[in-house]
Amino acid sequence: MAVPLAAITTLAWRNLWRNYRRTLIMLLAIALGVWAMIFMSALMRGMTDQMVRNGLNTLPGEVQIHHLNYRRDPSVVNSMAPPEGALLDVLERPPVVAWAGRVRVPAVISSERGSRSVLLLGVDPAAEEALGSLPAEILEGRMLEGVDDRGLVIGASLARRLETELGKRVVIMSQDPDNNVVDRGARVVGIYRARLQGSEDRFVYAGRAVLQEMLGIGEQLSEIALTGDDYRHVDDWYPQIVAAAGSELEVMSWTQLDGFLSSMLATQDGFTLVFMIVVFLVLSFGLVNTLVMAVFERVREIGLMQALGMRPGLILGQILLESLYLLCLGLALGNLLALATILPLASGIDISGVAEGMEMMGMGTTLYPALYLQDMLMSTAVVVVLGLLASLAPAWRASRLDPVAALNKT
Amino acid sequence: MSDIACRNLCKTFHQGEEVITALDHVSLDIAEGSFVCLSGPSGSGKTTLLNALGGLDTPDSGEITVGDQRLDHLSRGELADLRLNNIGFVFQAYNLIPVLSARENVEFIMQVQGMPARQCRKLATEILAEVGLAGMEGRRPAELSGGQQQRVAVARAIATRPALVLADEPTANLDSRSAAQLMDLFVALNRDRGVTFILSTHDARVMVYARRLISMRDGKLVSDEVQQPGTMAI
Repeated sequence: MAVPLAAITTLAWRNLWRNYRRTLIMLLAIALGVWAMIFMSALMRGMTDQMVRNGLNTLPGEVQIHHLNYRRDPSVVNSMAPPEGALLDVLERPPVVAWAGRVRVPAVISSERGSRSVLLLGVDPAAEEALGSLPAEILEGRMLEGVDDRGLVIGASLARRLETELGKRVVIMSQDPDNNVVDRGARVVGIYRARLQGSEDRFVYAGRAVLQEMLGIGEQLSEIALTGDDYRHVDDWYPQIVAAAGSELEVMSWTQLDGFLSSMLATQDGFTLVFMIVVFLVLSFGLVNTLVMAVFERVREIGLMQALGMRPGLILGQILLESLYLLCLGLALGNLLALATILPLASGIDISGVAEGMEMMGMGTTLYPALYLQDMLMSTAVVVVLGLLASLAPAWRASRLDPVAALNKT
Repeated sequence: MSDIACRNLCKTFHQGEEVITALDHVSLDIAEGSFVCLSGPSGSGKTTLLNALGGLDTPDSGEITVGDQRLDHLSRGELADLRLNNIGFVFQAYNLIPVLSARENVEFIMQVQGMPARQCRKLATEILAEVGLAGMEGRRPAELSGGQQQRVAVARAIATRPALVLADEPTANLDSRSAAQLMDLFVALNRDRGVTFILSTHDARVMVYARRLISMRDGKLVSDEVQQPGTMAI
């Protein structure tokens, strides 16, 4: 028998507003719960996004290509030829958004006051900028202007440690493929500030061609880093790169390169779901109470419906529909409230007061809430599914009432 | 659906430690198209018998056959279907759904039957006119008098074209004029549509309308008489 929806839709809607104060209070509670779910998810997503993006800037890239032995021994010996053929072809088209080849060698940098161990990066500034892996801000001087730029760009923290400054000469030393020490003097042309202070101490930028010349490796590269349109979907497309790179090169996605970052993302997804469920479980007590009261107040009426010939299943459906109306209204209000509070915060929330602690977590001083459609859908699913489950008990009770006892209820 | 037959119906209730016998080996046959009145004092078992005939209550023993269906062989859902399609109820308290208008109260039960909305609306309006409530279709129960509410309940009871209407003390809360109008309506429906009416009452003015008068006391049938129906003197 088809469900006579017309019969129960009007009745459920009218019953919902029978005690409008109670309905409005419950509606407000659901809306606030939904808002809390989405708002908190947006903050947590924003935090995680930032941590992952900062991590990817440091890696850098969502996918890296190396010589097969580079990760075991990241020395200049294990470098590779610049991309060509099928690999170059795949790097130049979507879903790859940007790529950069770089030389990356351990080195020692010395000023007249001190020496530090650093990672020397020979970069193509234009390609690195497209990749998003350049420092966040140049505090003094300038960024490198090309692969042939003979200057160095160092971090502000490193400059302090070396007690050097813009325009001063420093010496960089590393090893060539024959294990001979090679060095050259260079002028500090820029001092940068990184999102993470640790990066300022660690990375020194040099022109790629200049570094290749110093190391005597021709056009060889240490790594190729590339990025797509969304780091979350990297596992969908990186196998194309693996296929194009062939068996002589190692291709790894960021989820393989940085287990901590990827596990953090998975943990955050789980945590978001748990948070939503906990918020709704609290709410569900109110919802169940509302429905129990609604059923209790209408026992006679339910008995009448049974006497008139409504099947128990239809009575159950009518109570559940009432609950669904309440949930959907609460969801609509909650989602609107979430949009109204999150969108104005798109330019970020200043958290500089706790910046040091945040930096330890890989974050900057501004938190950008990230509103994802999937979080709104997940909160909707949690509210509807758990809400209907919570409503089952009072609805079931209503459908199983003894009609004679119900009709005699005073 | 045709005749109704009850055989050896027994039903007891427990009130504290006291056992109340509501039906005590009641056997009864009611032919299709009858107009029967169950009379007797409060607690004589009239309502219990009506509830059992409508499949709302289950006797402790005995069997009821409505048409060709044994009620004790039907599931909860099948009993609901039987009531929906074959039996109309009119209760002492008007028992309308307060959030629905008069027309919606009547439409509701037709919608449950699965009738298209447009047809429900048309039929509900016609039936309300038939019971004398033309122009009052949009009023909620709270905006109607007791007599008018009972008429809506009657309209709802006959909206599904049932073969049997069970009315439990339908005039108990009505003034004499409203009671007489309601009984006239029942008689007309019985005569014109052939609907079987079984009423319970202890109001002597209502009993005169019945063609068959059954008296009950302490759960037993004490008399079963065929009479010439009359009308209520107002």
